[in-house]
Amino acid sequence: MQFGLSEEQILLRDNVNRFLDDHASLDRVRQYADGGDDADIWAGLAELGVPALLVPEDQGGIGLSPLDAAIVAECLGSHIAPTPFLGTAVMAPTALVASGGNHDELLAEIAAGTHRIGIAFSEAIKRRNDARVEVRGERMFGKSLFAFDAEADSYLVADQNKHLYLIAANDPGLKRSHLTTVDKTRRTVELTYEDVAAKCISTDVAVFEATLDIGRIALAADTLGAAQNMLDQAVEYAKQREQFNRPIASFQAVKHMCAEMAAQLEPCRSMVWFAGHALAELPDEARVTACHTKAHLAEVAQFVAKTATEVHGGMGFTDLVGLHYWFKRCGANRQWLGAPEFVRQEAAVLQGLVTD
Amino acid sequence: MDLSFGPEYDAFRSDVVLFLENNADKAPKGSDLRGQTAKDWQKLLIENGYTCRTIPKEFGGYGAEPDIIKSRIIAEEFSNARVSPGLGGQGISMLVPTLLEMGTQEQKEQFIRPTIMGDMLWCQGYSEPGAGSDLAALSTAAVLDGDEWVINGQKIWTSTAHIADWIFCLVRSEPDAPKHKGISFLLFDMKTPGIEIRPLVDMTGQANFNETFFTDVRVPKHQIVGERGQGWQVANAILGHERETLAPANTAQTRVNALIELMKNETADGARLIDNPVYRDRLMKIQSKVMAMRFNELRVLSARLNPGQDPGLSRMITKLEGTELRHDLEGLAIDVMGEIGLAYEDNPYLRGSGSWQRDYMYFLGLIIGGGTSQIQKNIISERGLGMPREPKFEKAS
Repeated sequence: MQFGLSEEQILLRDNVNRFLDDHASLDRVRQYADGGDDADIWAGLAELGVPALLVPEDQGGIGLSPLDAAIVAECLGSHIAPTPFLGTAVMAPTALVASGGNHDELLAEIAAGTHRIGIAFSEAIKRRNDARVEVRGERMFGKSLFAFDAEADSYLVADQNKHLYLIAANDPGLKRSHLTTVDKTRRTVELTYEDVAAKCISTDVAVFEATLDIGRIALAADTLGAAQNMLDQAVEYAKQREQFNRPIASFQAVKHMCAEMAAQLEPCRSMVWFAGHALAELPDEARVTACHTKAHLAEVAQFVAKTATEVHGGMGFTDLVGLHYWFKRCGANRQWLGAPEFVRQEAAVLQGLVTD
Repeated sequence: MDLSFGPEYDAFRSDVVLFLENNADKAPKGSDLRGQTAKDWQKLLIENGYTCRTIPKEFGGYGAEPDIIKSRIIAEEFSNARVSPGLGGQGISMLVPTLLEMGTQEQKEQFIRPTIMGDMLWCQGYSEPGAGSDLAALSTAAVLDGDEWVINGQKIWTSTAHIADWIFCLVRSEPDAPKHKGISFLLFDMKTPGIEIRPLVDMTGQANFNETFFTDVRVPKHQIVGERGQGWQVANAILGHERETLAPANTAQTRVNALIELMKNETADGARLIDNPVYRDRLMKIQSKVMAMRFNELRVLSARLNPGQDPGLSRMITKLEGTELRHDLEGLAIDVMGEIGLAYEDNPYLRGSGSWQRDYMYFLGLIIGGGTSQIQKNIISERGLGMPREPKFEKAS
């Protein structure tokens, strides 16, 4: 029995972290937030094999597990790195493989890091502002809100029936407009479909669900990384900052805030590991664990993001320290792919407590 | 990542399940520490290696090599079957491991067998009115007079003192030494003249604890574990272990399952409470936390089995998070029932034999006992996160 990361997984984590330390510093993230692109970061991650993680070996990938994807997501969250990882490397390959269709060419391009696939799922999870996606024949109409990855080459779109379609970003009928959010470490867009060519990937709801589950676990892992980084920054700051002739880390009021963050966050790490493992190995528990993991990480991270900022005092509120980028990343992850109250409701249905 | 224990352990689990099927009817009901049924059950469990597993045969145990997985399987299956896992109490859980670690051969021979067989019941004399979180500040005095210690002072929170045969007790034997180096660990008979016990009724309405007073209590000099002044190390040899096991996540999941059943059966205005989205969301939030703690315990277990694995803070946080979680969980059940949740003792509308209220209060007790939540946070921040200790105030002299 061994519940933890293997040597290979620790190596993967260390390699990705080392690359991000060098190439996705806070200064580099600020460049992206100010309008720069993420092309060099993604190209570097592609050299490490990151986009190929979940693509099967016989389709040009590495064929690793959802847990490995969660490990990388945690690194990216820790560095609040702008990348198309969630859509391109996690959700799209999962959908394409699960669909059973022949997508060898596209999967090979994903693995090589030369094709980015965005995700437009909000209308299949919880529609807001009355947005909806309509597919008639092989043509798509309507709109999707808050699709992620503004620079994608194509989008995986889910309609209200949870059917999946692939559309090209350069389709003449597609209008893509940037939707500014508080989170400047990733960009979301509104996609308006005016007679767009829609290639059906799957009408099997199970394919949508498998794609959503792994996306949620990757988001939870991203949140884990971001929250852990905020806690680490808070502890470090408290050790340096002196008031009343002593480091504020020696005041119990401050220590207990940090202890509470650590105590809530530490079980989250095991939860993300288990959820990633369950997705591949424990089908009976996979879906319900994915829901609880997504929702629980959102709650713990909300507490950590607030508390870590408070430990920094006034500096935490400024742009100088940049802590707010992590705060907002956690906030965005909380809402993406299902807000915690709705996700817990899904868990209740999966546990057989209610019917819908 | 490998969550299987392997075929050897699957077979072991089957043995435990079979044993329970064939013998569960012999188990005592409730938590009687002194009855003959409980003693007979204890004997049967020891013979089969389901309790006192690693205590050497020469002292009355089963004499197996330590095996964390087997111990866990036994605990899981007895819990699943809701069958008594054998005698508990502080003699078996704390004194016996302490004696095995630090006791003399004579002490092991004299005390371990009657203790594990249920013939010798112990209480623990650690806390004092002036020494709670700061336990090492204890002041109960032991002065050597010829071949006897003469003990004067007061202990508090001594559970089972009123029925105990013996006490293991921390006393200040070296008043001039630094506070952690002036303590000794003594064992003595509760029938010794000079001991007075007063029950301490707690918020549950029961007297789970006592105050214990010592006036010129004379104890033979050799009834000491470890050397004079070593009592703090003797006591700490096993204290950490106690904290981890106060609120296991598997038990919490059992309580969540019971809460789900409760919410399916209880109604408000005729509607089932499981169908109320507000209560249901609170339930699911608790379910998430219990899940996270179950996986955290897997990590703790794994780090024990695989010495190279970094446990992070997984061990350090279990007492704090586990006890707070149980308190919240039991409290939710009370909220769900509304006024019926207030029912207690002989109320005809009582649900679950009153366990929800009792555990709601009991776990508040555990949040405080065994190192308060605030002390746990000090430990986590200082030892876990490397934050400095609060500067100490020296006593003005």
